[in-house]
Amino acid sequence: MQKTVISGNEAVALGVKLAKVQVVAAYPITPQTIIVEKIAEYVESGELKARFINVESEHSAMAACIGAAAGGARVFTATSSQGLLYMSEMVFWAGGARLPVVMAVVNRAIAPPWSIWCDHNDALSQRDSGWVQLWVENVQEALDTVIQAYRIAEDERVMLPVMICLDGFLVSHSYEPIEVPSQQLVDSFLPEKTPAPYWIDVTNPRSYGTIASPETYMEFRYELQEAMEGAKRVVKEVDEDWGRLTGRSYGGLIDLYLCDDAEVVAVLIGSWAGDAKEAADIMRSRGVKAGVLRLRSTRPFPAEDLVEALKDVDAVAVVDRSLSPGLPSILLSEVKAALYEHGAKPYVKGFIAGLGGRDVTPQDFVNVFERTLKGFKKGETGKVEWVGLRGVGSGHR
Amino acid sequence: MVTQIKTVKELPREELFAPGHRLCAGCGVPVLVRMVLKAIPNAVIVNATGCLEVATTIFPYTSWRVPWVHNAFENAAATAAGIEAAFRILEKKRGIKRPKVVAFGGDGGTFDIGIQALSGALERGHDMLYICYDNEAYMNTGIQRSGATPRGAATTTSPAGKVIPGKLERKKNLIEIAVAHGIKYAATLNPAYPVDMYNKIVKAASVEGPTLLHYFCPCPTGWRSDVDKSIEIARLAVLTRVWPLYENDNGVYRITVPVKTPRPVEEYLKMQGRFRHLLAPENKWLLDQLKQDIEENWNRLLKLVELSQKSS
Repeated sequence: MQKTVISGNEAVALGVKLAKVQVVAAYPITPQTIIVEKIAEYVESGELKARFINVESEHSAMAACIGAAAGGARVFTATSSQGLLYMSEMVFWAGGARLPVVMAVVNRAIAPPWSIWCDHNDALSQRDSGWVQLWVENVQEALDTVIQAYRIAEDERVMLPVMICLDGFLVSHSYEPIEVPSQQLVDSFLPEKTPAPYWIDVTNPRSYGTIASPETYMEFRYELQEAMEGAKRVVKEVDEDWGRLTGRSYGGLIDLYLCDDAEVVAVLIGSWAGDAKEAADIMRSRGVKAGVLRLRSTRPFPAEDLVEALKDVDAVAVVDRSLSPGLPSILLSEVKAALYEHGAKPYVKGFIAGLGGRDVTPQDFVNVFERTLKGFKKGETGKVEWVGLRGVGSGHR
Repeated sequence: MVTQIKTVKELPREELFAPGHRLCAGCGVPVLVRMVLKAIPNAVIVNATGCLEVATTIFPYTSWRVPWVHNAFENAAATAAGIEAAFRILEKKRGIKRPKVVAFGGDGGTFDIGIQALSGALERGHDMLYICYDNEAYMNTGIQRSGATPRGAATTTSPAGKVIPGKLERKKNLIEIAVAHGIKYAATLNPAYPVDMYNKIVKAASVEGPTLLHYFCPCPTGWRSDVDKSIEIARLAVLTRVWPLYENDNGVYRITVPVKTPRPVEEYLKMQGRFRHLLAPENKWLLDQLKQDIEENWNRLLKLVELSQKSS
């Protein structure tokens, strides 16, 4: 293991190199661009023996990845925000076609208003696309998850594309000291891609992307759902294997921090788990048993693990960095649905925070814990509150 | 050296496009596909959404005896680029012989929604042959106007009304768009000239790099023409100079089927319901514009031939 200080974007590119990706098709967009620039450098210098296709749009980036993955290659692309939305038709195609494409999405808000800063609405808008969606907390996890992603995607029990979501700027542009696994270690964990099991085989011609009548379409979709269900086990196994080799694992589908005896737990995704964990420490220093449950995977949604972790908790705060106008928040609804389905009934309160890169501090999470406990004790409804909202009547602060 | 043929009797016998598909009677597409697979038996096909795709691959059946990939509408060229890249890697790493990637798109998938992906792929220089089968409207969705619909033609979104008698705008020139990318070979095809067609396909496939073929694709359903007259209409398209048969080989234009004295364009128009309204006296102004398009295109082609041959 070698130590180095690099950014999240550079870590993703390094992961791609270590995974010996064979075809990369990508288009620039802030704050993702550095990933593909770095990969282009690896290819130009010969450090990564791959074809780099400088496509003319994100839609074509994913189309080319689909073509290359169907051709049997290990493929990669990266995008953000508007680029992901432009690509969306092909994102759904890759999922439905069960192709093991891996993509980094550097999370950025969606316009208008125009914003290049972090929130999670871009990736969450693709939650029904049939992609495994993994969210990282920091630079080290970004690197490790790229390598894990190929093991998950190419597993015959899964055969699904994997999206690695990292927070724009907060992870993508943050420099952190990390451990870089050796090529030998990565090779032992992730063997070089072979075309099998399904690929464009000239000696055994098949038709891909055919038309399905109402008599057959549903079965394809059912199999997609089964694959997603199967991915739950594989995501955990792969993370455990990686832990055995490197000493680093991330809890599989969920990352738990001080949840065992917790009375109040914040549920969230992404890098601000760090702030929330700091806030949990502050709460505990004041005698309140607070914990953090970071969903590492939102698809497949780890309902069983989540319920197991939250079943004895008094109050749960779900903090969304995204908005579903009219709902209004995505993770909150999914967490509630999982709890309801499994008969666990802790008090649940929703928060919306950090949209468009609005800064969120550990103190904000302290407030979230306190507000949630207060709501629980007073028997209030779990009505969603916006953290740090200015200029209009805010329910919080 | 590329094998060129002189008569249809020399065509390879093997059929890699199976019968039983659901393309309409009189449709021009199967003629093209059979010819392409005879000329390029080691093809991997990418098929943009369209008639050809929906009519030949109704799960669990397929007409394709070669690998075939459909990946939506606007991106056949980008998908082909990805497949080509994958096979370059497989060739290097595993010694797998690289097939020829051939993309099929209709005129909607090529002239309109797919033009960006096509332009990108041509510019990047992938080793692929792109073939546009042009029936001059969105036929798969039921005959809507496209950028390839000729002036005057009636479609469901440019109907021949009393105020506006059909499409008012001119058809794009696909070959010139492709040639502007500096590709090494581009040509027009027509099913009434199978030898010319086969030889151009072979030539295009033999080029290492992007090439483009533009096929005149009769569509009795969309054109409201008799199903047994498709080839006759196709031949008239050439003889009236509506559809000149030519190629651009390494920058040099050449007319492959000369038409010394053109037949009156009315002979071509009157066989098709989509044009019949143009023959009414009140629509003569639009017919004249269409005739002017045809003449201008022909004269421009002659100039391009002269210029490019002089400078080569």
